[in-house]
Amino acid sequence: MSDRGHLEGEHFMSGDDACAEGAISAGCRFFAGYPITPATEIAERMSDRLPEVDGTYIQMEDELGSMAAVVGASCGGVKAMTATSGPGFSLMMENIGLGIMLETPCVVVNVQRAGPSTGLPTMVAQGDMMQARWGSHGCYSIIAVSPDSPQEVYDLTIKAFNLAERFRLPVLVMTDAAVGHMYEKVVIPPLSEIELVPRRRPNVPPEEYWPYMPDDDLVPPMANTGEGYRFHATGLTHDEQGYPEMTAEAQDRLVRRLVEKVERYRDEIIEVEEDSIEGSEVVVCTYGITARVAMIAVERARQEGIRVGMLRLITIWPFPQDRISEIARQVKAFVVPEINYGQISLEVERSAAGRAGTILVPHMGGDVHNPETILEAIRQAVK
Amino acid sequence: MQNYTVFVPRLVPKKEPFAPGHRACIGCGEALAVRLACKAFPPNTIVANATGCMEVISSQYPMTAWRVPWIHVLFENTAAIASGIEAALKAMARKGLRPDDGTKVVAMGGDGGTSDIGLQALSGALERGHDLLYICFDNEAYMNTGIQRSSATPFGASTTTSPSGIKSIGQKTWKKNMAAIAAAHDIPYVATASHSYPHDLMAKVAKGIAVPGPAYIHILSVCPTGWRSAPDLSIRLGRLAVETGVFPLYEIEDGEYKMSLELPKLRPVEDYLNLQGRFRHLSEDTIKEIQERVVAEYERIKEKTG
Repeated sequence: MSDRGHLEGEHFMSGDDACAEGAISAGCRFFAGYPITPATEIAERMSDRLPEVDGTYIQMEDELGSMAAVVGASCGGVKAMTATSGPGFSLMMENIGLGIMLETPCVVVNVQRAGPSTGLPTMVAQGDMMQARWGSHGCYSIIAVSPDSPQEVYDLTIKAFNLAERFRLPVLVMTDAAVGHMYEKVVIPPLSEIELVPRRRPNVPPEEYWPYMPDDDLVPPMANTGEGYRFHATGLTHDEQGYPEMTAEAQDRLVRRLVEKVERYRDEIIEVEEDSIEGSEVVVCTYGITARVAMIAVERARQEGIRVGMLRLITIWPFPQDRISEIARQVKAFVVPEINYGQISLEVERSAAGRAGTILVPHMGGDVHNPETILEAIRQAVK
Repeated sequence: MQNYTVFVPRLVPKKEPFAPGHRACIGCGEALAVRLACKAFPPNTIVANATGCMEVISSQYPMTAWRVPWIHVLFENTAAIASGIEAALKAMARKGLRPDDGTKVVAMGGDGGTSDIGLQALSGALERGHDLLYICFDNEAYMNTGIQRSSATPFGASTTTSPSGIKSIGQKTWKKNMAAIAAAHDIPYVATASHSYPHDLMAKVAKGIAVPGPAYIHILSVCPTGWRSAPDLSIRLGRLAVETGVFPLYEIEDGEYKMSLELPKLRPVEDYLNLQGRFRHLSEDTIKEIQERVVAEYERIKEKTG
């Protein structure tokens, strides 16, 4: 990997730019994309930067093509990424499912804007959180992270590549228009200090290689297509050799593994940030840009003498249900502000399982919350 | 308006289905092209409009520019939505649920919405033979999101995703030939047009709407913002594109090619390229390459008319 392209140092940059730099630091050398507000800047920066590191930028004819090209590039052995927003994310869904089925490591960035449909192209929302989990058809597990600052966009983009390689699946970076267009200080550490997970390579000779024979941790080693190993991949339900097997038994074996390879390692994947949870009577649970708005409400509530904790979800999927279940035993209620009409709040409610209340503070998008609405919900929670 | 002697304002319909007061940039060729196209619409016309500059600048509440029924759709589905409208109108008339009043359907999109993401839907509409006119307003990049290259961006042009520099001359591919693609569907009418030739443009739109079955018109629309050209040069640039042979004006009626304009001699492409910042980095060699290609393409089309 060339050092020339790694911009070590302190920068003042947007979340979108930080995303592109995170990808380049992580060794991403392929970007296929399509212009869409507010994610276009990622494509623009990649088109500028990738040639400097011998990478490839391709502008595709649409988002179906973008996601498919990323799956193809990953099969070819290159770390690959695409970035989009609402309508484009919808178009990518079919090929995200293909990435799940072929078990191709890659990263998909969704700089969320308000929907449905064209919605508010330039304005913030968090309305795609459930689409990230369930958007492609069929049964599978997914990994999604949600950054709250340009610095965290940089860090989590690297993490997303590592998770993608570790578990062999598309990993989603669910940022939003506010974080994507926000300019802040971003520190890019020396390349030697960045931990990178390499692709798990076959440990048998080519003639003995089965492309979907998993290791003990359910993840199969991955050969690049065209380098001498038998590479037989299909979106059909397949056996360990990659050959289609149209039976309920094969479906059970494959889909169970696709889900379990993520769910078994939940603790390794999940990252949350906690503030004063111990001894609190109410916990604000939120993510992304809304976490920063909610901090204002939390500080004001504390000034009013309310014992309020903060749980910021950095990993959204798999959902940190065990930690929330634990917290639910000690608090009266969770306050869940999010820029949608209730998505992650449903997961919080499910995890709390009646042991604590869940108060949704919805916002339809186009703006962040007024902290006052979150503060009012906190007051209600302790009543 | 260099050498422009045929403009007769009283021959232009006074009606303005596309009203003034919209938010297009100064010197926007596309807004002018849309305005002229709309003047050629018959009284009952429904417009389906893909996402792009035109939707953004013309429809913001409370200042919509549209005096015809107008539906803004997603990026990729203009031709499919228009197909649905056309099929519904037919079915309603057949069942006697609405009068067969000759209501026409026009689908419009930019070059991205037509030659990239909307190509599949367009091909489907042309193949099924819907009675509609599809107009591509081609400003040669994704201008709405900030000048990203499309497959209609000309060779050598610098955009934000085909930036010129040490490693690149800008756009590395030649412009996709949409008129030829449309014509390959064996539809009754295909044409190219320019806002700098208003009577020609309006006549072609009227013809495209009048023919039974699908019609396709490709209109080059000068974009000062994306082309890095002076806003007061938009009309001249439209004419230079034609006079240099970069964008020949022609019709394909039932497979028969016909030049719309007899050019005794093509002007050198520099006359066109030099007025635009997006080509400012081009070397003499590259300009020569473009010149050769333009002449060859022009001759190829001319041969078909013979």
